[in-house]
Amino acid sequence: MSSTTSVIDIREVRKSYDDGPAALDGLSLTVRAGEALAVLGPSGSGKSTLLNLIAGLDKPTEGSVTVDGVRVDGLGETGSARFRRERIGMVFQFFNLLDDLTVTDNVLLPSQLVGAGRAQARARAAELLEYLGIARHARAYPGRLSGGERQRVAVARALMNRPALLLADEPTGALDTASGAEVRALLTELNSDGQTILLVTHDLALAAACASRTIELVDGRIVRDTGSGGRAPDLQSGTAGGSAAGSAAGGSSAVAR
Amino acid sequence: MSALGKVVRAGVGRRRVQTVVMVLTTMLAVTASIMAGGLVVASQAPFDHAFAKQRGAHLTGRFDGGKATSEQVAATAHLPAVTAAAGPFAVVTATPQFGEGGLVMMIGEAPLTIAGRAAAGGPVDAVTLTKGHWVTGPGQIVLTVPEDGPRMGEVGGTLSFPALPGRPSLTIVGYARSVSRTADAWVAPAEIAALTRPGAAPAYEMLYRFAHAGTGAGMARDKNALAAAVPPGALSGTLSYLTTKHAADRETATFVPFIVAFGVLGLAMSVLIIGIVVSGAVSAGTRRIGVLKSLGLTPGQVGRAYVGQALIPASAGTVLGVVLGNIASVPLLAQASDAYGAAPLTVAWWLDLAVPAGVLALVVASALAPALRAARLRTVQALATGRTPQVGRGRLAARAASRLPLSRALTLGLAGPFARPARSATIWAAVAFGAVGVTFAFGLGSSLSAIQDGVNRHNPGQVSVSTFAPPPVDAGSGAGTDAGPPPPPEPVSADTAAVARTIAAQPGTAGSFGTVEQQATFAGIPGAVRVTAYQGDSSWGGLQMVSGHWLDGSRQIVVGRRFLEATGKHVGDSVTLEGDGRSVAVRVVGEALTVDDDGMHVAADTGSFTALGRTLRPDTYEVHLAPGTDRAGYLQDLNTALKPLGVEGRAQDNRISSTIIAMDTMIAMLTVMLVAVAGLGVLNTVVLDTRERVHDLGVMKALGMAPRQTVAMVVTSVAGIGAVAGLIGVPLGMALHGYVIPAMGSAAGTRIPPADLHVYHPLPVLLLALSGLVIAVAGALLPATWSARTPTATSLRTE
Repeated sequence: MSSTTSVIDIREVRKSYDDGPAALDGLSLTVRAGEALAVLGPSGSGKSTLLNLIAGLDKPTEGSVTVDGVRVDGLGETGSARFRRERIGMVFQFFNLLDDLTVTDNVLLPSQLVGAGRAQARARAAELLEYLGIARHARAYPGRLSGGERQRVAVARALMNRPALLLADEPTGALDTASGAEVRALLTELNSDGQTILLVTHDLALAAACASRTIELVDGRIVRDTGSGGRAPDLQSGTAGGSAAGSAAGGSSAVAR
Repeated sequence: MSALGKVVRAGVGRRRVQTVVMVLTTMLAVTASIMAGGLVVASQAPFDHAFAKQRGAHLTGRFDGGKATSEQVAATAHLPAVTAAAGPFAVVTATPQFGEGGLVMMIGEAPLTIAGRAAAGGPVDAVTLTKGHWVTGPGQIVLTVPEDGPRMGEVGGTLSFPALPGRPSLTIVGYARSVSRTADAWVAPAEIAALTRPGAAPAYEMLYRFAHAGTGAGMARDKNALAAAVPPGALSGTLSYLTTKHAADRETATFVPFIVAFGVLGLAMSVLIIGIVVSGAVSAGTRRIGVLKSLGLTPGQVGRAYVGQALIPASAGTVLGVVLGNIASVPLLAQASDAYGAAPLTVAWWLDLAVPAGVLALVVASALAPALRAARLRTVQALATGRTPQVGRGRLAARAASRLPLSRALTLGLAGPFARPARSATIWAAVAFGAVGVTFAFGLGSSLSAIQDGVNRHNPGQVSVSTFAPPPVDAGSGAGTDAGPPPPPEPVSADTAAVARTIAAQPGTAGSFGTVEQQATFAGIPGAVRVTAYQGDSSWGGLQMVSGHWLDGSRQIVVGRRFLEATGKHVGDSVTLEGDGRSVAVRVVGEALTVDDDGMHVAADTGSFTALGRTLRPDTYEVHLAPGTDRAGYLQDLNTALKPLGVEGRAQDNRISSTIIAMDTMIAMLTVMLVAVAGLGVLNTVVLDTRERVHDLGVMKALGMAPRQTVAMVVTSVAGIGAVAGLIGVPLGMALHGYVIPAMGSAAGTRIPPADLHVYHPLPVLLLALSGLVIAVAGALLPATWSARTPTATSLRTE
């Protein structure tokens, strides 16, 4: 699915906090459009730092970070915010849904922040909820949903503005096995539709199922890169790809893009 | 350090913003309380306090120097009823001119009573110096602080007495205040001779304190004893402190309603804000309390920890507040003492103890209740509670707001207050108090300004012309020899008709009328009443009317409130003007704003006196200039034209009374204080709110919410509350104004004209209604900016 166009281009990035050791130490990485990259590594290896730099949530001490043609490391706060809402979708381990907003309102939020047309945005949200199989919960509040359903809402919210890059931070980390499998299937489906994905995870099964490429970080450096087409070892479920999302969603996969 | 001590220290140190806010809040609340409390306490019988402090004279006796010797007067100090005495001091009365650098200006017709006194202190009437120093030798004079209007000159200026031989000139070396009002000025005893007309003996003044001076009857007995102790007729006059006290108490009474109103507002605000800040801070720590409990702290230990955590910054703020409150009270109480005519006022010592004790007790109570409530929660529950609003609250509002045609940041902000209704109510109350204060202050200031304008209409002209020329220098001395006024120098009366014609003919004159003061009696009122008689068209310069209309014909009078009360008459009734064995019925055509003569002052036309056989000639002409007329040029031309008549005109600037200046100063300071406390209350609550929602804010920023949108959302979350609080606070402030101003007028012996009460016009009301919004936005802006600047990654990591 990947093309020659790079969505992420990181060059010689170093990131250190105060006087501590470097969280990222001269890291370079290119991710092409359509790739699903899994970033593995032990705690403290620099995975979250890498994700933050790519999302424009933090800035490197040295080096450059370019995402979808935008030099993220040079953006100010407002520029970073605009960059995120237009080009990035984020999925978090603990969903980070706003409890006092309905599912639809949560999903609508990114489009409302960019000032998208109301009718158009609502149609897009309805389409995504339908695609992800949670349309029946559109008017419910997140607190009433299962973990897997909440993560689907989070994915819908992340896809709302058709981002060039979907960042997923331990997306199955807070889910039970069944829900985790659903989310794995969903991400795989999205990637097969062309969505570029970077996921940070400890979950080798997730990496094996979803990622077309895997890198492993240790002490802020890439110690292993499977390259495009390379998958992480299938340690648990053995699912490599598959159509769980499709079966769960039951809708047209083209909706995601 | 014990574990509990470490918990407290960490709680204070790690939450620096909250700690700083608590320090600032308690500091401002204590400052406000001390200022407000200080004023309220100082307003309780300031004359009595100042009188006690200065050991004021119950009776000031004036003795004729020609009928009693100094020794005879001094011997009265040993009368049985006398508990303390000072004097005798030689006194003269003389009319001064204030001059500097060749510019000489009459300061008024009233002569000064000047006492020869070597020292300000003494067993009776220990005069308080407010500026400069006491006389140290000849050629110096200390003046009394004027009750109203400007000082006669600055310290270092000169005061000359041109009517006295040798035209003595004295340097003003200080200003002082005698609560007993025993003299207008003081010089060295040796100086009295230079101020005394040749051949005349100065009078003597003796100051007494009596054992039983509480009643007029007691004072009368003491006075009779004095009179009997000196040669017959030697006691030429007395001044009872009861008279001075009555005047001072009436002056004070005008202040009390508004000071009490502001004081109560300030104190209530302080209590509210401390409650908000402390209980909010403790409630925000519910999760931390859960953690502490999970580590084994008992509910009692948790309570002590959080009380300690609140007490440390609160104590620091309290100490700072006591210092600041006392400093800020200095100018405020100085204005109050000027207005009360009392000795310098200070913050009551017990307030410096009571306010901190009360505030710290309030802090303990505010901290203990939520801390114990949290400590009694099950640990799991405490861990789960606190960070986020209770699920389910405000959902309806959130859905409704999302449908508004506004940006999402604004609609999220608008829905915010509904998620935490109790906290929103506290913001609402703080802002409403602020809005009440601002509205009340605006109304008070506007009404006082309008009342001042009304009072100034006793001298409405831009130019006034006295029809009496100053007496020739050799016409006589201004010195008197007894307690009564000195024999006035014979004025030179001009041809008033010619003066009137000259004024009317002067280019630039838009209108003029003459006035003359008369003593008159009215049937049913004992004693004489001062009447200002108007001649000519005074419609442009009439007094401000409470009801009825201004004089527009003969045999009409306009009166003050007290006159109506004394006669039992109403506007439209007739009263009988009597004099010289004749009487004439005059009709009360209006009630005017007047505080002169205890509200007994009367305005009439000169024609009313014709029926009594009196032909009145104006002694002053008030001149109104045509628009665009240069007053200086006009005066020069007019005085050239008037020169043959021996009189001259002078510019008249309506001055603002020191009472109004004092009130305006207090209004400004108290309003700033109220608004600052309200803003701080908002700031603290928004800090707490944004801290609790830091994770949600991080999520929104991660989704692409820009800093400006974050600021807009946070500010909007209180702007709506502020706007509503403003809308409620404005009518409350107006109601307070509507109650306080008439109460002040009543204390001053007058009703307030409706025009002076109706100061809330649509535009100011609209702007005042926005005051709540402004206070809320101002208070929220800083924490909103902090929120926007918090790194998104940090926010997302925050639990």
